[in-house]
Amino acid sequence: MIGLRTLSALPNLIGVLIITFLITRALPGDPAAFFAGAAGSQEAVEQIRAKLGLDKSLVEQFAYYVRDLARGDLGTALSTGRPVLDEILGRLPASLELTLSALMLATAIAIPLGVLAATRPGSWIDHMCRALTTAGVSLPTFFTGLLLAYIFYYRLGWAPAPIGRLDPYATPPATVTGFYLIDAALAGDLDVFIASARQLILPALTMALFVLAPLARMTRAAMLGVLSADFVRTARAYGLSRFTVLYRYAFRNALLPVVTTLGMVFSFLLGSNVLVEKVFAWPGIGSFAIESLMASDYAPIQGFVLTMGALYVLLNLAIDILYRIVDPRVEVSG
Amino acid sequence: MSGPQPPLLAVSALSVEFRTRSGKVRALDNVSLTLRKGELVALVGESGSGKSVTAFAIMRVLDPAARITSGSLHFGGMDLLAMKDAELAELRGRELSMIFQNPRAALNPIRRVGRQIEDVLLRHAAVPRQALRAQAIAALTQVRIPDPEKRYAAYPHELSGGMCQRIMIAMALACRPALLIADEPTTGLDVTTQAAILDLMRELAHARGMAMLLITHDLGLAAEYCDRVVVMHAGHVVETAPTSRLLSLPRHPYSAKLIAATPRVDRRLDDLAAIAGNLPDLRRADLPPCRFSERCDRYTPTCAAPLPSNTVAAEHAVACHHPL
Ligand SMILES: Nc1ncnc2c1ncn2[C@@H]1O[C@H](COP(=O)(O)OP(=O)(O)OP(=O)(O)O)[C@@H](O)[C@H]1O
Ligand code: SF4
Ligand SMILES: [Mg+2]
Repeated sequence: MIGLRTLSALPNLIGVLIITFLITRALPGDPAAFFAGAAGSQEAVEQIRAKLGLDKSLVEQFAYYVRDLARGDLGTALSTGRPVLDEILGRLPASLELTLSALMLATAIAIPLGVLAATRPGSWIDHMCRALTTAGVSLPTFFTGLLLAYIFYYRLGWAPAPIGRLDPYATPPATVTGFYLIDAALAGDLDVFIASARQLILPALTMALFVLAPLARMTRAAMLGVLSADFVRTARAYGLSRFTVLYRYAFRNALLPVVTTLGMVFSFLLGSNVLVEKVFAWPGIGSFAIESLMASDYAPIQGFVLTMGALYVLLNLAIDILYRIVDPRVEVSG
Repeated sequence: MSGPQPPLLAVSALSVEFRTRSGKVRALDNVSLTLRKGELVALVGESGSGKSVTAFAIMRVLDPAARITSGSLHFGGMDLLAMKDAELAELRGRELSMIFQNPRAALNPIRRVGRQIEDVLLRHAAVPRQALRAQAIAALTQVRIPDPEKRYAAYPHELSGGMCQRIMIAMALACRPALLIADEPTTGLDVTTQAAILDLMRELAHARGMAMLLITHDLGLAAEYCDRVVVMHAGHVVETAPTSRLLSLPRHPYSAKLIAATPRVDRRLDDLAAIAGNLPDLRRADLPPCRFSERCDRYTPTCAAPLPSNTVAAEHAVACHHPL
């Protein structure tokens, strides 16, 4: 069943491939002209264009693109001269560590908040939840990021400087997963663990704040809906303990829409990576994409969009599988 | 009947209101009824007459929007309204059980039905964990669910309506309650299944001395299975009588109409008299003392006075100024 579902994700991946290709061709700026420099002659521009394959037809370019992809060749980043695949794989753990930490942080705050708000309607926690979900919806991440950095680093000095994953004097832990927190824990290096956690907290909080509102709102609404459902009434009428009623009967059912929201929120987070990484000088794929974009460097952008597309597809797959685990009613579909 | 026995359940002068956006719904007004040990009593009335609200009030599982404004509830001599949540939780599911109107919605959709029965057993029956499964299956066997081992592992959506109904009954009877409230336990079932389920419930009630409040809008069912009938209309109890007496000598105009509207084998379909008019809107501030007065053809100005409760014979009471 899960295998089938995985197979059905293939067309999505192909779609991602085509869109990636077309988007990067539609971007403004002529990379050939850019690399030839302001003083580059027409001839030099033509030469670079030929070298990059930009003089061929779109269809031909796409065929080459797919062929190269199949070989794991995403092209070369003109700005660094290294293969795009290496650049992206090297930076991906930084982005993922940030995104996943933000997601965990948001979940850890939003879900209990939503549950408590729903089980104690009219209490201060309910009001807090409502205030948060109405007020905190639409602050743009770069603004929150700058604000947090201003308050906690510049004014209060509680947080370290927003200069990436570790300060320049610390040595990163030996790479196992590429996640500094995990690698530091594996190496038993408490200092590095704490140092990288301190670097992580502000950007992760920035992103968590971005998705807290939808998550808390959905949890509260789902919980309220379920609490007035007939089967919760049954559970109460049979004298089941408060814990069983709230957790096993209500919360487990409320989880279904929350899982769906979680998937949506995760994709928001992936998208917001780009700006947050820029603000905190986080060496992830988002800041890499921006730098490449400003240099009109096609290949890394293509690689970035492709990676994001693949992540989205994987994410949806994971959510789907999770949903099937939680809800026995979801039919097996091919 | 030999001598006055204290009733198992006594609902007296119970009133319930719902606060809604469009005003207060006075769903129950001055509702009284009693059940003795082992007695089968029917609660009948049209849709919206307050049967389920009465049951929810007895079980103390009314919506948060509802408020019991007056009256009292006693079960086995205990004051249900004065009980703490913890004491109530001890009682519910063990001594006092309820079968809900829509069994499929009343079961947890993402928990195996066997596990749901186990939840109840674990809570009340002091069953050791390793014996739980066997006991749950025994509960299923008792309500004659075919292939109980397989049904144990089913989710509600995998079962038919009748099967969900039986699961609910199994759950309700698992701890041998003294009183079972069955809210329309057979609606939507075919006639054969309906009879099978009710026969089963009556059998179990007799075997265990269990009392049952059978909620139905079908007087035919009430006549067949119950000792006494309580008739409700628009949140009022209008008449209470032994079954055979109510059917042969109804005294409240509404009961009479209800009986006339009940199909029977010896009656042709076109003799069926629909009851004219609708239930009054229970949000109205100017509800008349007799909530049937706007549909009643015996209405006189006297009817605007507060309703009497006339005891017209042993165990036969009517709330009407001009009983038939
Ligand atoms: N949650 C609620 N909020 C407002 N009014 C309610 C609520 N629940 C029930 N009522 C009202 O209480 C009255 C009685 O409803 P109840 O469900 O007890 O009827 P019933 O006799 O069980 O009908 P049925 O045969 O359809 O089950 C109705 O007028 C209904 O509108
Ligand atoms: S009290 Fe009057 S209006 Fe009400 S049922 Fe009796 S006769 Fe009809
Ligand atoms: Mg009902």
